[in-house]
Amino acid sequence: MKLKGGIYWGAGCGGCDVAVLDIHEKILDVAEKMDFLFWPIAMDFKNDDVRAMEDGEFDLVLYSGAVRNSENEEIAKLLRRKSKTMVALGTCAHIGGLPSLANYHTKQSILERVYSETESTVNPEGTMPLERSTVDGNELELPRFYNTVKTLDQVVDVDYYIPGCPPVPQQIVNALTAVFNGELPPKGSVIGAGTKTLCDECPREREEKEISEIKRPLNMIPDPEKCLLEQGLICLGPVTREGCGARCINSGAPCRGCYGPLEGVHDQGIRMISALASVIEPKEEKEIDAVLDGIVDPLRTFHRFSTAASILRRKKI
Amino acid sequence: MTFEPKIVGFLCNWCSYTGADLAGTARIKYAPNIRSIRVMCSGRIEPTFIMKALYEGADGVLIAGCHPGDCHYQEGNYKALRRHRLLKRILHEYGVEPERVRLEWVAASEGERFAKIVDEFTDQIRELGPLGIKDSLAEAMKDDIDPHEADKEESGVANEA
Repeated sequence: MKLKGGIYWGAGCGGCDVAVLDIHEKILDVAEKMDFLFWPIAMDFKNDDVRAMEDGEFDLVLYSGAVRNSENEEIAKLLRRKSKTMVALGTCAHIGGLPSLANYHTKQSILERVYSETESTVNPEGTMPLERSTVDGNELELPRFYNTVKTLDQVVDVDYYIPGCPPVPQQIVNALTAVFNGELPPKGSVIGAGTKTLCDECPREREEKEISEIKRPLNMIPDPEKCLLEQGLICLGPVTREGCGARCINSGAPCRGCYGPLEGVHDQGIRMISALASVIEPKEEKEIDAVLDGIVDPLRTFHRFSTAASILRRKKI
Repeated sequence: MTFEPKIVGFLCNWCSYTGADLAGTARIKYAPNIRSIRVMCSGRIEPTFIMKALYEGADGVLIAGCHPGDCHYQEGNYKALRRHRLLKRILHEYGVEPERVRLEWVAASEGERFAKIVDEFTDQIRELGPLGIKDSLAEAMKDDIDPHEADKEESGVANEA
């Protein structure tokens, strides 16, 4: 019998859905094994279609995007109830992703920025979104915008994780093949990625790491053969899981950490403090500070994709 | 009730823990607020330990290692220093006062100095007040709920679903 599958997007950009389509003709093999009963970005489905299903009727649900509002959470819980296996697809569902950078602000400051402060905002009446409003006698509801962005596993039980922003299409194929063949690792595992650091699959040459100046890609043309970190660029390779095929590195850009932390590491960004500070060259406080001054916004650079999954999770209010 | 700070101390085996030991054998009195953890080297103290301590309820963290040049493993204390300088920069952005994480060099012979540092640090944290990360997180998330949930239950929609 054919399997039943669903794909949903919470607070994401749709890039993960595109990555699923980027498996190209292999999508036909997938469609042969599995019917999609729910995939709002690709076809017309209603949430009520899912509500009408039996509990556990989905064999597989891929949930991409973070949990940013009450609708994301509601659908996450609904899909969890209706599925046998639930997979967090992509960085946002896995560790919060870019949307969770909002956790360094508050709901209030974000709404003020967007609806009154930005240079392009024209809002003389000070209109703000309301959770409930009446238009032509009809009552309309909006989901609640949360103060704190959450990872999928902070609101529901997650069976597997496929990291990446977006996940490499071949890794999605590998993960789906594992599901179809029933060759899944223990619950809670990361599938569709390796177990070592990105440095292990990085093709660049490594020598001694001794950084005496932090540089930015906009100010230099990096040597195409040598380790980017050794050249003074902030590369999150040492604290990031392998599996992407070093796609950014091969294009001359340092790793930003989208594949998330390694097994057993709770906080990828904090781990980067450890890794980077170890290879900075000076030993005197003043000279150390001079090197560190070169890191623009260390907190968000190190936690670019993982704020929601970090130890403190958000800025203290 | 007065606030008694909880302080976690990570002390290197070769200098600072021995220094703390000396304070004990010399019967020097110091604030009982510190919970000492012995590690082999200040270079072993990962920022993760510090963040975990703060998350789990510590109001302050003291890291103590050998004086520069005296590290039993040559370079460990320099790594500790660099990590500390970098960690302080991000703590501030988390809304956590950077002074809550303090790095000091304490030699094996400096029992008195260790006691003085602990007293001073305890006073400083007492002044800053409780950190309360978990309470703050709960407070920040208390309204992250579905505002329409109650209506649905009333109308029976949620039950049908």
